[in-house]
Amino acid sequence: MDAATWGLIIATFVACFVEMVEATTIVMAMGFTRNWRSALIGTFAALGALAVLTLAAGYALANWLPESALQLAIGGLLLIFGLQWLRKAILRSSGRKAVHDEDAIYREEVEAAKAAGAAKKGVDMFAFMVSFKGVFLEGMEVVFIVLTFGLNANNIPAASFGAIAAVVIVLGIAIALRRPLSMINENLLKYGVGLLLASFGTYWAVEGIGIFRDGRESLNWPGHDLMILVLLAAWLLLSRIFIAALRRPAAAAPAAAGVPVEVKK
Amino acid sequence: MKFLKAFGQFWYDFIIGDDWKIAVAVVIALALLFAASTAGVFGDTGLTLLGGALVMVAFTISLAIDVRPKRR
Repeated sequence: MDAATWGLIIATFVACFVEMVEATTIVMAMGFTRNWRSALIGTFAALGALAVLTLAAGYALANWLPESALQLAIGGLLLIFGLQWLRKAILRSSGRKAVHDEDAIYREEVEAAKAAGAAKKGVDMFAFMVSFKGVFLEGMEVVFIVLTFGLNANNIPAASFGAIAAVVIVLGIAIALRRPLSMINENLLKYGVGLLLASFGTYWAVEGIGIFRDGRESLNWPGHDLMILVLLAAWLLLSRIFIAALRRPAAAAPAAAGVPVEVKK
Repeated sequence: MKFLKAFGQFWYDFIIGDDWKIAVAVVIALALLFAASTAGVFGDTGLTLLGGALVMVAFTISLAIDVRPKRR
């Protein structure tokens, strides 16, 4: 297996890992407080819907769009996602935004589950719907990343393998520990994924501008794929400069009250 | 109507997210790159490097707007 394929698998693995940690928190809250059977049915229904969506959208995008249009459209969207993740990572690292906290999210979901009343026999629709929605919405971004990376590298199976491996590992850890996966440094992982998405997104979106030329041929970066590493280094450097410039004194020495946390999913 | 609104909201949240300035920054950077490509002044190397620089400058501006001191 070559370096590009490994890079593809690692990128989709890490992106999917982060999203799965968030989805698992929601499913565990539903399972422990309401009904495991309903929560798991909702989870697998969402995973099935995501698999169908990946196949259908992958086929349509690969067959109906010229390569440069594909690069511009999905490269542009990937760039937007990546820069949003990077923005949050910069603001969190510099102490200007609350840190994402799985324990706080778990507590919030448990409260909502208790407030919804007693679980009914058979399939509990509340647990089913909350689990389905949580897994589906978190998974949508993964589907998009798998499609983008897979189509551009002409290797959807490798991209899917990275995502599926992340699903299996996160579920394995969750089953073994039986508690929210708050020990995982999700903010650091998101920073890494943001850098990867921003680099690949910049590369492909810029290439895709060639769709407007005669012949609709993609623009060619000097050094071709190696330029992705240069872009990765440039985004890393830029983000470190921002973090250093925006750092607030409070971030360096957290107050007695502790570091603020974010409960938004 | 309610379904359409929810459908539109889902895609807005999915693509634009909680900071619309990022999406605007990307669109402006790519639009400027498109303008440069139609001007025909640069070759592929010049255009791609310009594109990369434009995206980084646009992101910097959107972040600077984000963290600017708010007026009271």
